[in-house]
Amino acid sequence: MAIIDPRHAAKQLIYERIFRSATLSAAILVLLILGGVAVSLVRGAWPAVAHFGFSFVTREIWNPVTDEYGALAPIYGTVVTSLIAMLLAVPAGFGIALFLTELCPPLLKRPIGVAVELLAAVPSIIFGIWGLFVLAPVLQRHVQPWLIAHVGGIPVVGHLFKGPPFGIGILTAGIVLAIMVLPFIAATMRDVFDTVPPMLKESGYGLGATTWEVMWNVVVPHSRVGIVGGVMLGLGRALGETMAVTFVIGNAHRISSSLLAPGTTISSAIANEFTEAVGDLYTSSLIALGLLLFLITFTVIAAAQAMLRRLERRAGTGV
Amino acid sequence: MSRRAFRKANNAVFLVLSLIATMTGLACLAAILWTLISHGLAGMSLHLFTQMTPPPGSQGGLLNALYGSAVMTLLGILIGSPIGVLAGTYLAEYGRGSRLSTVIRFINDVLLSAPSIIIGLFIYEIVVVRMGHFSAIAGALALAILAIPVTLRTTEDMLNLVPVGMKDSSAALGAYPWRTTLSVLYPAARSGIVTGLLLAIARISGETAPLLFTALNNQFWSTQLNAPMANLPVVIFQFALSPYKDWQNLAWAGALIITVTILLLSISARVLLALLQADRGTGR
Repeated sequence: MAIIDPRHAAKQLIYERIFRSATLSAAILVLLILGGVAVSLVRGAWPAVAHFGFSFVTREIWNPVTDEYGALAPIYGTVVTSLIAMLLAVPAGFGIALFLTELCPPLLKRPIGVAVELLAAVPSIIFGIWGLFVLAPVLQRHVQPWLIAHVGGIPVVGHLFKGPPFGIGILTAGIVLAIMVLPFIAATMRDVFDTVPPMLKESGYGLGATTWEVMWNVVVPHSRVGIVGGVMLGLGRALGETMAVTFVIGNAHRISSSLLAPGTTISSAIANEFTEAVGDLYTSSLIALGLLLFLITFTVIAAAQAMLRRLERRAGTGV
Repeated sequence: MSRRAFRKANNAVFLVLSLIATMTGLACLAAILWTLISHGLAGMSLHLFTQMTPPPGSQGGLLNALYGSAVMTLLGILIGSPIGVLAGTYLAEYGRGSRLSTVIRFINDVLLSAPSIIIGLFIYEIVVVRMGHFSAIAGALALAILAIPVTLRTTEDMLNLVPVGMKDSSAALGAYPWRTTLSVLYPAARSGIVTGLLLAIARISGETAPLLFTALNNQFWSTQLNAPMANLPVVIFQFALSPYKDWQNLAWAGALIITVTILLLSISARVLLALLQADRGTGR
């Protein structure tokens, strides 16, 4: 028996080529999908972009009857709801990560960590329906009247809390978003804190620092890049989140100075109106909104990934 | 206050705040689960699994929606996961360290957290517009695109965990890389790859936004893939926002079914992963 059968070797080589090209094409398909998304959005948005030009992003008007569309109100809603979400979720996420890495009894560490991650697995429509039927009434009856009575009178800040308590609106959407992105931020921060070499922390404790001092002066500076990356990943989620917001935002295409008023976001406008949109310009304007959302979230997520990657490399080289 | 006392007090304040943050997070999870269970159980009945979605004011169930969700999720996984697994294999084996893999890995991570409504718009543009109508297959394709990044990521990670010695032994026996991958690496990383599949199913089975304008919805029983198909998330969306009490009850029941399914999937993925790590720990 020959040790190497040439025919067998040739066949092996063919299989090898087939398998290799199959994996390569699958990998390239991932690139093509992202490229395809960009191209198809630009093509779909083109009629609106050509018709309205740059004024599309600077005008507040959104009128299907006269066929005039501007993206300012959805952009405003998207940015403000995400900002509220970040203001609430970043400190809370930091607190949870601090608790999990430094305070938590080892016995509870896993269960609580898993619970936080399970919160991340709950689909966004559940947050939406919960926000509409449970959170909004509570806010309307208890929180918003208090805000209107006590904060509404203060100059400048007061403007944010004026008007009737609708229950649904920008503020409610921001709070629901905060609850949604909290687990992502907490889990990323915990993972980032775990990459800090124990020796650094122990040196801090050895010098007599308190837990908080070690956290703030050793762990946070060391994992700064990762923290920012985690926060931006959460921001990317908040900006693009659709269902949770659509339930509680109120869907009004206008910009109000009050956070209690109904508004709209890019994604909720698309979700609400796309199937009902009649006329090419209407559909195209909604796709143009989608393109804007794609550009914004792509930038934020790409920056976040770049930062987290830098951290991974640094952890990999052990510096 | 002495400096020492101030530092201790400062420390205590922040630690208490962190405890409060954790409690709040857990309370949110508990509140959501409690609402789901109390409202959902009230709407639970055998009708859910035997009758179609009703017109307002009459009795009905969610059978067509459950069927549609199952079909589209299954199709989505069948289309998306082979692509994800193969691409993950490329990154972990053939393209290791190459520039192309770095770019693909990056793009994949971006796709992993890209807004799903954008994927819905993409499929609408390239499938629904071409076909001229909404269809179940369009919905399945949108879900497939969402499943790819999850399976790709886990497959690559799991293949990287396989000890190099196993690969070298196979190569030393004269096996080509394809043979090594199929006969050594995939079996060794099997539970890890299955974990990825479970996570992908969990991810796509609750997705609503990409189905809104791909699969749309259907009030009736339909098994046709090139026609609009009912699905649980969109039915929940529609029924929950309706003014009819019986529709809202059905929405809550559907929400409970979806959440329990997804939590079970995520927990089994986690258990599988824990078993895998335990295996590795004993040096098997």
